[in-house]
Amino acid sequence: MAQYLVLIYSNEASWATTDEAFSAKIHDGHNKFGEKHGAALRGGNALEPTMSSTSLRANASGEFVTTDGPFAETKEALGGYYVVEADDLDAAIAIAKDIPAPFGGLEVRPIQVMS
Amino acid sequence: MAATIRITRDFDIAEECVQDAFARALTTWGQQGIPASPGAWLTTVARRRAIDIGRRRDVAVRSQHYLVIEDSVAGPEIADGEFEDDRLRLIFTCCHPSLATDTQVALALRMLCGLSTAEVAKAFLVKESAMAARITRAKKKIALARIPYRVPERSELRGRIDAVLLVVHLLFTTGHTSPVGENLSQVDLVERALDLARMVHGLLPDDGEVTGLLALILLTDSRRGARVNPEGEFLTLADQDRSTWHRDSIDEGLALVGRSIRRGRPGRFTLMAAIAAVHSSAPHWDETDWAEIVGLYDLLLVVWPSPVVALNRAVALSFAQGPSAGLSALDELSTDPQLSTYPYMAVARGDCLERLERFAEARVAFEEAAMLTENHVERDFLRSRIAQLH
Repeated sequence: MAQYLVLIYSNEASWATTDEAFSAKIHDGHNKFGEKHGAALRGGNALEPTMSSTSLRANASGEFVTTDGPFAETKEALGGYYVVEADDLDAAIAIAKDIPAPFGGLEVRPIQVMS
Repeated sequence: MAATIRITRDFDIAEECVQDAFARALTTWGQQGIPASPGAWLTTVARRRAIDIGRRRDVAVRSQHYLVIEDSVAGPEIADGEFEDDRLRLIFTCCHPSLATDTQVALALRMLCGLSTAEVAKAFLVKESAMAARITRAKKKIALARIPYRVPERSELRGRIDAVLLVVHLLFTTGHTSPVGENLSQVDLVERALDLARMVHGLLPDDGEVTGLLALILLTDSRRGARVNPEGEFLTLADQDRSTWHRDSIDEGLALVGRSIRRGRPGRFTLMAAIAAVHSSAPHWDETDWAEIVGLYDLLLVVWPSPVVALNRAVALSFAQGPSAGLSALDELSTDPQLSTYPYMAVARGDCLERLERFAEARVAFEEAAMLTENHVERDFLRSRIAQLH
């Protein structure tokens, strides 16, 4: 078994224009995903918007410089994640496809195994 | 306001509570008379409101730990020291490095000092709508990211102090020459800036720039009473009655600036204080050591390369070496986008042109400045200068 980090990206501006019924539908989608794949899920969270983010970047002398905002400014921002356990990438992708991800998409990243 | 934020951790709610407390104060004091310590009274009322609103929000809001409710807030007796501590905490929250520097200053002016968004926008030379958006976003980040509300540990303090000094200085300049409205200065803002500068100096008495900023504020503010005549008209340094300058502030400021200079490698605020000190030490305008001032501005441009500093240097140069030298220095700055809508740029040009007896051009420059300033006292001053042109 291997573990994968499934990153959920979406356009924050689009989210801001949705109504409560739409949000409820997505929320419900996540609940259903959790019920269906509970055995494979090792964790997961929704994130606050990138405007609440703070980045620390090392400067030339190796000290961290603190800045306001996400590490990379992208149109589709990281908005949440799941950690799933699966036999292989195909199995992980099959699980990920049940995650609701309007206004964006998903990235499936293998978690490195430390031996 | 600062005391209330400690409870709500949410700037918008805190603002609402404070406004509400003021509204209540007007009714209650009307009936019962003004309490012995109005500030403490307001804080207590605002805190109670914050707790009320907090309880209501708890039902609706998922993150209950927004609120750090203190049990000990019921009594109206709050020591004066607590207000100071709260303001100091608030300034460090506003000046947290996870907020962009400009935002830190804007936020502190808005939250700590109660400036309106329009005034803050003016201080930053940006549009009001842009400033409103920036402040709203910053308040949201403070709440969402849970930026702490406390004075940093001694080890972190050095890294955090620059932003605080910037804020206190901007607060002072905004109060000293209120950018919008009827009165030339807003005394309460100036007093708050002075208080904060003293508080920060108490925290870091050996820091050169902390000392420099306190000196700068004292020296500049020592001329407060001399800046307008009895008719409320603006007086320049040249026309002020120097016998009315506040001697105690000058003495304290000069001692502090001397101490900071002797530490070596003077920073921005120490150099600005040193420039103010040259004026404070001249018994009369004609005896001002302009060469010394130009030299200090040269040093200042190295540590702080800002177009406004370059503008001030050009003005000093016009007195040290004559109006043509000043005018050519100003012309070199004329393409700077930040200065193009800055009224003092046009005033400086007008002044040099008038001294060169190029009156028609001087008139155009002063008229441009009068259009650009939103301070009524300054505008009247400019109109009277236009009227006096030959």
